[in-house]
Amino acid sequence: MGKTFSKPEALSDNHTHYCPGCTHGIIHRLVAEVIDELGIRKRTVGIAPVGCAVLAYNYFTFDFQEAAHGRAPAMATGIKRVRPDLMVFTYQGDGDLASIGMSEIVHAANRGEKFTTIFVNNAVYGMTGGQMAPTTMPGQRTTTSPFGRDVEDVGMPVKMANLLAALETPAYITRQTVIKPKYVKKTKQAIKKAFTYQMEGTCFSMVEVVSTCPTNWGIDPLESLKWAEEKMLPYYELGEFKTPEQSRK
Amino acid sequence: MGKILMKGNEAIGEAAIRAGCLNYFAYPITPQSEVAEYLSRRMPEVGGVFLQGESEVAVGYMLFGAGGAGARVMTTSSSPGVSLMSEAISYIAAAEVPAVFVNIMRGGPGLGGILPAQADYFQATKGGGHGDYRLLVMAPASVQEAVEMVMKAFPIAEKYRNPVMIMGDGLIGQMMEPVEFPDHLKTEPSNKDAWATNGMETRKSSRRNLVKSLFLDPEALNDHNLKLKAKYEQMVREDIQYENYNMDSDYKALIVSYGTMSRVCRTAIDNFKEQGMEVGMLRPQTLFPFPLDAIRQAAVKESCQAVFSIEMSMGQLVEDVERSVQGKRPVHWYGKCGGDVPTPEEVMDVIRDVIV
Repeated sequence: MGKTFSKPEALSDNHTHYCPGCTHGIIHRLVAEVIDELGIRKRTVGIAPVGCAVLAYNYFTFDFQEAAHGRAPAMATGIKRVRPDLMVFTYQGDGDLASIGMSEIVHAANRGEKFTTIFVNNAVYGMTGGQMAPTTMPGQRTTTSPFGRDVEDVGMPVKMANLLAALETPAYITRQTVIKPKYVKKTKQAIKKAFTYQMEGTCFSMVEVVSTCPTNWGIDPLESLKWAEEKMLPYYELGEFKTPEQSRK
Repeated sequence: MGKILMKGNEAIGEAAIRAGCLNYFAYPITPQSEVAEYLSRRMPEVGGVFLQGESEVAVGYMLFGAGGAGARVMTTSSSPGVSLMSEAISYIAAAEVPAVFVNIMRGGPGLGGILPAQADYFQATKGGGHGDYRLLVMAPASVQEAVEMVMKAFPIAEKYRNPVMIMGDGLIGQMMEPVEFPDHLKTEPSNKDAWATNGMETRKSSRRNLVKSLFLDPEALNDHNLKLKAKYEQMVREDIQYENYNMDSDYKALIVSYGTMSRVCRTAIDNFKEQGMEVGMLRPQTLFPFPLDAIRQAAVKESCQAVFSIEMSMGQLVEDVERSVQGKRPVHWYGKCGGDVPTPEEVMDVIRDVIV
């Protein structure tokens, strides 16, 4: 019997810099598997954000650009406009996409740019040391909301998938998670769907992935999974918020 | 093709196309919006890309992405817009991506005004964005020269893999002048497979390319900065440009002035000549690299009593003139920065006050 399971070709051999229990590794692997399955590695360009995934290019084996904080969708727009034949995706966290990069993601989505965004939402700034993000849950303690997020003071968490789904331009917008194996499978299906829409030149696509950050949440990895399920999923409901088929109706 | 009468901003747009730049991203701002208006019509005719971005911030990164993928790219803006692009310019210089930025300057600071000025000299030549980087900065004094500089900017940006900035002012952008377009350049940067993220399949390579500016290791970052510094030193050796006016005479005063302001100074020099007094002018065509040695050599000519920095800013160019002259002659400044261009008579008065 031959080899039945191996590392995707799109994934490199580099050791991870992500913390124990972090879900970036799972999501990287899903992206790599999809790229392998679609056979697009040699015509794919990834865009790394600023945040924990700034070093994402270390883990993939195809062309990569590295953006400034929040600007990945503008860079992806530039690449895709001059080279529509390339497969382009941005990989962004919640501080990057939902705070400083809000303008770039909204306008790229509204123009219907034909690239894919993988949006990893773990409700906190990771790389800078656990500060409050626009996605931080009500009452959640962070290093800049030491008494818990006060929604009277800073408003409610931003639901990016819902927000982008409200735009009239056709798009594929979904929210998934990787906190349980059954969800991991669905997330992979969503990523594959998003890349397929891009291959066909159909629409902008974004897969939001509800994730964990044990280090900055200050709880262990298993407890983090439970916290995400109990605190985040009721607010960040999973599902497809928009499909191009729907938009055409 | 003969000469045609064209507005500066439109000529700049046409020059980009003839330079093989078929990718233009921009955001409207006075006094340069005609470039975007012109190219929104022209790009579809030549199969090029025109996109109006949501902000100058985003436009900067559209250039970064597209340029990083190996395409010839340009944007145009004016002073406050260039401030917003300065973040991307720092990243583009750091990641060594060729790109052309045109600044049709208006008066600042802040919202300032919409009339011609040269107040972004420091921004263009000394930084603008963060970190140790330089732009190669060219300053045209006519619509014809703006066309030639735009067409030259792309090969130079590709030679150095560094952004090039063209510094015009509101007058260069808005006035109409006869212009003759040089022959078309070839359309593709020559060396892009070595570094661009144009897809491994496109360049038939098993090696992937990275376009990035993060160097966490202190030694690696210092090495990267030394590599960039070597490029800027090469610019100083190979790409300084300037023009002399009435410099064969025994001039009593030396003017240093660029762009629109230098044209007024030419008239002042002609008027002086009629009155029997010789004044010379050295007009920097590149603001970085700056013609330091040429200015010093011109200043120490025996007949030259003083040097004048005449600029549409409140004393920016004069700092580089002083750096050039190194105290060997007195250096005087004269300028205005509200939108009015100083007249030849004003320039003559300033010189008459000093020269005996």
